[in-house]
Amino acid sequence: MTTNLIQLDDVSFKYEQSIALDHISLEVGEGEFWALIGPNGSGKSTLINIILGLLQPTSGSVKLFGSDIESFKHRERIGYVSQKSNAFNSGFPATVLEVVRSGLTRKVGMFKSFSKKDEQRTLEALSIVGMDSFAKRNMGELSGGQQQRVFIARALAGEPELLIMDEPTVGIDQQNVASFYSMLNTLNREHGIAILLVTHEIDLVTDLATHVACLNRTIHFHGKQSDYKKMEDDDVSRWYGHPVRRVHQHKDEVEQ
Amino acid sequence: MINDILSYEFLQNAFLSGLIIGIIAPLLGLFIVVRRLSLIADALSHVALAGIAGSLYLSQQVLFFAALNPVYLGIASAVGGSLLIEKLRGAYRHYEELAIPVILSAGIGLGAIFISLSEGFGSDLIGYLFGSVSAVSRQDLLVVIVIAIIVIAYIRFLYKELFALSFDAEYAKVSGINSRYIQMVFMIIVALVIGASMRIVGILLVSSLMTIPVAAAIQLAKSFKSAMIYSIIFGELAVIIGLVSAYHMDIAPGGTIVITSIVILLVVLAWKKIQGGRNARIVKGELV
Repeated sequence: MTTNLIQLDDVSFKYEQSIALDHISLEVGEGEFWALIGPNGSGKSTLINIILGLLQPTSGSVKLFGSDIESFKHRERIGYVSQKSNAFNSGFPATVLEVVRSGLTRKVGMFKSFSKKDEQRTLEALSIVGMDSFAKRNMGELSGGQQQRVFIARALAGEPELLIMDEPTVGIDQQNVASFYSMLNTLNREHGIAILLVTHEIDLVTDLATHVACLNRTIHFHGKQSDYKKMEDDDVSRWYGHPVRRVHQHKDEVEQ
Repeated sequence: MINDILSYEFLQNAFLSGLIIGIIAPLLGLFIVVRRLSLIADALSHVALAGIAGSLYLSQQVLFFAALNPVYLGIASAVGGSLLIEKLRGAYRHYEELAIPVILSAGIGLGAIFISLSEGFGSDLIGYLFGSVSAVSRQDLLVVIVIAIIVIAYIRFLYKELFALSFDAEYAKVSGINSRYIQMVFMIIVALVIGASMRIVGILLVSSLMTIPVAAAIQLAKSFKSAMIYSIIFGELAVIIGLVSAYHMDIAPGGTIVITSIVILLVVLAWKKIQGGRNARIVKGELV
């Protein structure tokens, strides 16, 4: 029997008196690519923060790799890219290599220095996102799309089994968004990394994802991408809260 | 000058302490600046003032304190202040910066009370406020050496964690780095460096040595490591030039050290501007 990488059982969360998440149950398995979609204020980022341990659920349980989140010690098995990554201090004096290598901090362990092997692993992570030739460049000199690739490389440096991304394409131009999603597709299909992606770009991403979860305070749909596509636009519009028309693209269009 | 240093113990103490502080203050200052915590050093130095003034006042009232080096109480109050700042930052999660002016005001307030209550310790206090070439004792030098060892060991062994925390605190927390513990120790280390530096640079100017050399360094550095090296070079330059000129002019070294670092910063900014203009002309094809 395979262990779920993420298992949420009946998770609820309240901000003071208002309910942000209402009885959420969700399972993310090995090698799956989940798109978590929903309108603004639907609780997507709150749910991600609960999964990452930044927020405590009001009720319900969260398990990561089969362990309760409180006792889960192997954080290096999870890579994380936040929507805030592209709002980092661009005047920070750091090279691409230094930033990506910092993704290995936990794996290397306290009081130890980075080894040559760690540097090699850093360069490999950069090569996966096509940024190895930028290793010695200052972070502030890169474009938004390039910086976001660097943050993905930082998340990949620790060789995670699960990549969690919270709207990573915010602030990136449309052309770079398509190539970014194509890279995620490669990470999932060729490297076997499970992905949980929070996004607004429902058309683009639901063609790539293997599974879709639709959230608006509660989960309105979760399941395979093919079943999501069979849903009527009216159903999606109802839980989205406004009219939604989905335009399905073929995978190879995105990959181009 | 070299002969004087070789002949007089007080000059040896001052120069050795200065050279060590010129390394550790900007080294730690780099982490303070990139984390946008520059004012914390100011707040803690004012808390150290309360400790120094308190110790000087108590030395007039209680025999035990007459024999105690005021630097110790200065360091102890700065460490206490650093822990209080952390506590207050936790209490005001949405206004974390509020902790800094609160603690800074408390430091000045307590300092003013002790200074007013005392029966005058003019020259002693001036030395602590603006630094002194002649007042650094062997005991002070020893304190500086011990603190330098602690600071360098802390940065050497927690460099990875400090970098990750400085670059992206949220990511550091998510990736399982014990950021609370590292932050707490960081604040104590900042307080120790302030304690170590106040004899030479003075309480009121100590934060400048932690921030101005770094301000110049980040203008030039492409990497974090090079920012560290530039910060130390600029810090050392400021301390050496500042101490030598203070000795020759017979004035407080704090002022000359800080003004030297400001001059270094201005030179770096001017050089960057000239370079920027030159690069723009190369792009336009006016220069080859």
